[in-house]
Amino acid sequence: MTPQPASDPLLKQAASLRSQIGDNIHDHISESVYATAAAISDRAVTRDGQVAAFRLDRAIDQVVTSRVWGFPMMALMLMGVFWLTIAGANVPSAMLGDLLLGNVYTWLHAVADALGAPWWLSGLLIDGMYMATAWVVSVMLPPMAIFFPLFTLLEDLGYLPRVAFNLDRLFQRAGAHGKQSLSMMMGWGCNAAGVISTRIIDSPRERLIAIITNNFSICNGRWPTLILMGTIFIGATAPAAVASLVAAASVVTVTVLGIFVTLIVSAWLSRSWLKGEASSFSLELPPYRPPQIWRVITTSVIDRTLLVLWRAVVMAAPAGLIIWLMSNVQVADLSMAAHLVAWLEPLGWLMGLNGVILLAYIVTIPANEIIIPTILMLTLNLANSNLAQSGVMLELSDDLVYATLTGMGGWTLLTAVNLMLYSLLHNPCSTTILTIWYETKSLKWTAVATFLPIALGFVVTVLVALVVRVLT
Amino acid sequence: MQPNSETLADAPLGATLRITAIHNQGAERRRIYDLGLTPGTLVHVETRSPLGDPTAYRVRDALIALRSEQARQIAVVRVPDTTGGPQQ
Amino acid sequence: MSNSHDAAACATCPVSNTAQVRKLGAQLGRWDYTIALAGNPNTGKSTIFNTLTGLRQHTGNWSGKTVVRAEGGYTYQGSQYRLVDLPGTYSLLSTSVDEEVARDFVLFGQPDATIVVTDATRLERNLSLVLQILAITERVVVAVNLMDEAKRHGMSVDVRRLSRDLGVPVVPMAARQGEGVAELLSMVAQVASGAYQTKPYVLPLQDAAIEAAIANLEPQIRARFPQLPNTRWVALRLLEGDASIMRAVADGTLGDVRKGLAVAPILLQEATS
Repeated sequence: MTPQPASDPLLKQAASLRSQIGDNIHDHISESVYATAAAISDRAVTRDGQVAAFRLDRAIDQVVTSRVWGFPMMALMLMGVFWLTIAGANVPSAMLGDLLLGNVYTWLHAVADALGAPWWLSGLLIDGMYMATAWVVSVMLPPMAIFFPLFTLLEDLGYLPRVAFNLDRLFQRAGAHGKQSLSMMMGWGCNAAGVISTRIIDSPRERLIAIITNNFSICNGRWPTLILMGTIFIGATAPAAVASLVAAASVVTVTVLGIFVTLIVSAWLSRSWLKGEASSFSLELPPYRPPQIWRVITTSVIDRTLLVLWRAVVMAAPAGLIIWLMSNVQVADLSMAAHLVAWLEPLGWLMGLNGVILLAYIVTIPANEIIIPTILMLTLNLANSNLAQSGVMLELSDDLVYATLTGMGGWTLLTAVNLMLYSLLHNPCSTTILTIWYETKSLKWTAVATFLPIALGFVVTVLVALVVRVLT
Repeated sequence: MQPNSETLADAPLGATLRITAIHNQGAERRRIYDLGLTPGTLVHVETRSPLGDPTAYRVRDALIALRSEQARQIAVVRVPDTTGGPQQ
Repeated sequence: MSNSHDAAACATCPVSNTAQVRKLGAQLGRWDYTIALAGNPNTGKSTIFNTLTGLRQHTGNWSGKTVVRAEGGYTYQGSQYRLVDLPGTYSLLSTSVDEEVARDFVLFGQPDATIVVTDATRLERNLSLVLQILAITERVVVAVNLMDEAKRHGMSVDVRRLSRDLGVPVVPMAARQGEGVAELLSMVAQVASGAYQTKPYVLPLQDAAIEAAIANLEPQIRARFPQLPNTRWVALRLLEGDASIMRAVADGTLGDVRKGLAVAPILLQEATS
């Protein structure tokens, strides 16, 4: 790809000299550089007698990449990280929930009453915007503040490149770049972060594949949905002691499903819309290093906390506002929400879901996290239940949620399962869409990344619903 | 008198080899050179992915993973290994 | 570990050099010196960047994490320093966005000093980047980081020997423990201000034809671009057919001595193009 020298005498001279010398200047320079580097370092570095360097590293790698232990170890690590995140987030989430959704909420209403604010203003600001923000903070902050530091620790330790090393063949067969496994893992924390992390892939074609499929990594924001569904519909028979384990298992299951979808869609993309040459792949496996636990924890926790707070205010608050308006603004004797739900119901039924769920998904495009409270609130609202309090998103106990959904909402096991599937296979949240646009600068590919998952979600849920209904 | 020549892809785990020639071309060739895999360099086959590919090679104190399609183009000869690792 | 305790004690002791470092984070109005921070991936480069600037760039343990480089600042002994963290690269010889970005900054950005961070446990590999950078600029300080890891693996590094062979100052460091930072700051200040004159090692190429070609081109390059300090390196790039250097010759930008180059927009552009 050398540009023509045109009339520049210097360049012409260089070109003629180049043709005399031949093409292997780069090789020659490389070899000289390395030979010199070797000589200099030989003089400067001494090793302790016969101690082979990196003996411990080698031993660890024998286990980590072994045919017998390699994959089980990865599965264990995954379960471990997910379980730690879920179990660890439980108490802080509950505490934050009590504080923000309980005490502060009540206090805010008290202040509003004292100031004589009209019902619609306090409703809008407190029941709509504040509640959405508070929900996101209490639900999202603890898991993010645990998952990301854990992930960073694994990174610093040097384990993650080994995972990429183990999984590379799968990605190779799917026509994807080996490093896609790394951005995929990053997406389990947050898809926007996952998309940014695709920068480690040089080739634009392979990078696009990684970006488009990153959505199939279940981000922290979708975990609560999966956990709740997994716990109350599927794990309902498990004793309380293993509740966290069951919750972790449901998330892991859908995550693994997500890995399959990532590989399949990558394979399809690399053979159709994004066909091309596989770029040369090489991965350096860094030496294992003891991670700086304290520094990672403080840096990561602060970063994540700030990010979640920002997101809560910028994304969730407006969503909360819209939900409140929809539930409380009446058109022809019915709330707007009721109208929209009725309109979406047929499509919802087809997908094994219902109108409430579809409406909730549309409204919560900015933030996956508030899908469950939105569904609950809409369900209660439409059933004119006392628990609704005109558009308030409440945190109910698992049993009450189950009763509400199956009783008032008419949910079945099919609904729950398809919700979990759709949770995996729908559009990315708006932050991620914006990030994709910023990274690719292409409207076309951003659109693909947004609508391809929805199309997939639609097809899969319709099929599952069809099969289940035919069989039962 | 030449010990049998083979490619890096053929080398078994634990073997120590010396690179004799690099046949990869283009950007891949540059990358390989830049990683320190040059003719005359000692390479130790350290570990392999459980799925069979890629393989991790220890080269000048670093562990580099290469896919077999790349390793296949690197010609090597066996070197007797006395210490269980490249000491150069 | 009592690191934070020691660090706090050091920070207030009037004898310690680090007492005079003020971390400026990302706010930098005007500065006296621009320092480039280069090195292989996985050498703890980002740790050093964070330590000096007080910023919190994420430190990842795999290559290519820092694609868009960051800037930060610090003051030391009364002068303001702007520190530019370049993407981690293995070499400057092959074409990838990271490497072009790093190379372009060292070449065109004309930093007052370039710190090349190396990993004590993998010196041989890391030195190739050092040698390549020495070919582009003379004002280099080599940081041999992760000395604690080297000790753990039973290796020791003769820093003085290294410094003699390379012709530039070499600073042993264990940045995670905060060790070596004072010495690094001191050497950087000396090299940047010209107080320490480096005599960098010049890489000989044992090929007569190539050396002859270089000798042929160098005078022409010097005539066209008199301010260029590294004509040998440019000659090699032209012989190799390096597209961006050829472009720079054709449109004359090779002669640009752009001090205080606005780094962010250019590098971001490179990284996303």
